[in-house]
Amino acid sequence: MSYLQIKNVWKTYEESVILEKLNFSIEKGEFCTLIGPSGCGKSTFLRMLLGQDIPSRGSILLEGEPLSSEPGSDRGVVFQKYTLFPHLKALENVMLGLEMEHSPLLGKVFGSTRKRIKEEAMAMLKSVGLEQSAHKYPSELSGGMQQRLSIAQALVKKPKILLLDEPFGALDPGSKADMHVLVRELWKTYGLTVFMVTHDVKEAFELGTRLLVFDKVRNDPHAPNAYGATLVNDIKLDRNKRKYKGETYDTINETTIA
Amino acid sequence: MRLINLNAGRFTPLLKILPFVILALIYWIAADARHALNSEDKLLPTFEAIGDAVKIMVMEPDELTEEPILYTDTIASLSRIAKGLGIATIIGLVFGIVQGTLPLFRALLSPFSAAVSLIPPIAILPILLIIFGLDESAKVALIVIGVAPFLIRDTQQYSMELSEELLIKVQTLGASTWQIIVRVVLPHVMPRLLDALRLSLGAAWLFLITAEAIASSEGLGYRIFLMRRYMEMDVILPYVAWITFLAFLMDWSLAVIIRKVFPWYRKEKK
Repeated sequence: MSYLQIKNVWKTYEESVILEKLNFSIEKGEFCTLIGPSGCGKSTFLRMLLGQDIPSRGSILLEGEPLSSEPGSDRGVVFQKYTLFPHLKALENVMLGLEMEHSPLLGKVFGSTRKRIKEEAMAMLKSVGLEQSAHKYPSELSGGMQQRLSIAQALVKKPKILLLDEPFGALDPGSKADMHVLVRELWKTYGLTVFMVTHDVKEAFELGTRLLVFDKVRNDPHAPNAYGATLVNDIKLDRNKRKYKGETYDTINETTIA
Repeated sequence: MRLINLNAGRFTPLLKILPFVILALIYWIAADARHALNSEDKLLPTFEAIGDAVKIMVMEPDELTEEPILYTDTIASLSRIAKGLGIATIIGLVFGIVQGTLPLFRALLSPFSAAVSLIPPIAILPILLIIFGLDESAKVALIVIGVAPFLIRDTQQYSMELSEELLIKVQTLGASTWQIIVRVVLPHVMPRLLDALRLSLGAAWLFLITAEAIASSEGLGYRIFLMRRYMEMDVILPYVAWITFLAFLMDWSLAVIIRKVFPWYRKEKK
C-alpha cells in the first residue's frame, strides 16, 4: 500500500472546476516536487494536503487513513514566510512544538523535561546550521536563516510528510542554493517524505526524486472554468536520468508554458 | 537646505523645554499685569501665591482626615483609576482574545460589544449612581464602561492580525486551541494591548474627573470643582499640573514596562 494516496480527487468552487481526476500515490521517502503554471491549483492541492480545505470528490489517504479535516502534527509545513513566532528566540521557536506536546495546559515545560527538550531542539538547530543564532529573535535573522529555522521548527515534530510551499521563493539566489543543499541533506539524513510546491522549474528538477506537473488538458474558450487542471506529467528523476537533465528540462519547460 | 533635513542636534533638549518656558513666561507677565491693576486679583494668582497654596496642600494635615489634602486626593483618585483600568484591561483581554480567535464567539459577541461601545459613558453615569450610590464602585464602573469596549475592540483586531500561515503552522506543531491562545495569541496581543491602554489614559482621566466632580467627597477632580466655587485658582492650577504629571507618569511607566517585558516587540515592528 502506498504511503500517501490521492484517489480521484476533484476540487470545485461553485461553478468553476479547479482540479479534476487526480490519481496518484507517493511512496515513503520520496521527494516530490510539484510545478505548473499559475492558477493550476498547486496551492489548492497543498491546502487539501494540509487540511485547510477538503476535496469536493475523492479522498486523500495517509498510511491508509483519510486525512483529518484540520491541520495536525502528522503534516509539517514550511511556507514562504510569516511562520515564525516573533516573541520567541530561535531555540524557543523550535522548542515550542515539543513543549506543547508535554504540557497541555501551559504549553511550557520546566525542569528536567525542559532540559531534554532544549537539547533536542538545539540538536535540530545544529542540523540546519543555526546553533550560533539560537538566542536571537526571528526579526534579527536573515531571510535564509528564517527559512532554516522554519524547517527546524517543523522537523523537530517528526512529521510523516513535510510540505513545502514555495519555501525559497523570497530568497536571493545565493541563499537559495545553500537551502537546496541543506534540504537535500536533511531529506537524506532523516529519511523524510517531502512534497514541495514551487514555480522554479530548475529547482524542481534539482531537488526532487519525482516531478509532478499540473496543468489543464481541456480548455473551453467559452467557459474557461469548466475544466480543471490535472496531473499531466509524472517524471521519475533518478540519478541516471539526472545526467540527461537538460533534455527533459526543455520538454517540460515547454509543456508548462504552453 | 530643506526643512525636512534640518535637525536641532545638540539644541534638541533646549527645544523640548522651550514651549514650557514660554508658557510660564506668558503667565508670569499676564499675572503681573493683572496684579498691577488689582492686587487682590484671583484669576491669575502669582507664583508666590500658588507656592503658598501648594505648601498648605502638601504640608498641613486636614482637620477631618489628619492627612494633607493633596495626599488624600491623590490616593483616592489613583486607586479609582487603577481599579478601573485594571478591570477594563482584564475585560478587554479576555473578550478581545475570545472574539478575535474563536469565530463562533466572534459571531456571538462582536456586534454586541460594538453596540455597547457606542453608548456614551457619561450618559449612563446617572444609572451607575442609582445602582451603586455614591460608593466608590460607581466611579470605578464609569472608567470600566468608558474604556473596556475600546480595549475589547482593539484586542480583537490584534488577535485577528495573526497571519493564516502562522496559525496553520502552530496547528501542525500539534497545538490545541488553548495552547494557541496561551503561547501565540497572548504574547502577540499583550504589548499591543498595553499600547492601547496608554492611548486610553486620557479617556480614563476624563471619566474619573467627571465622576468625582459629580459624586465624591475627596479626589483630585472633586477638589478642582470644589475650589471653583471660591475661584481659588491658586489651588486649581497646581492641581491641574499635578494631574497632568500623574498622567504622564502612568504613560511613561507603561512604555517602560512594554520595553522591558516585551523586548522583541519593538524589533518586530521595525
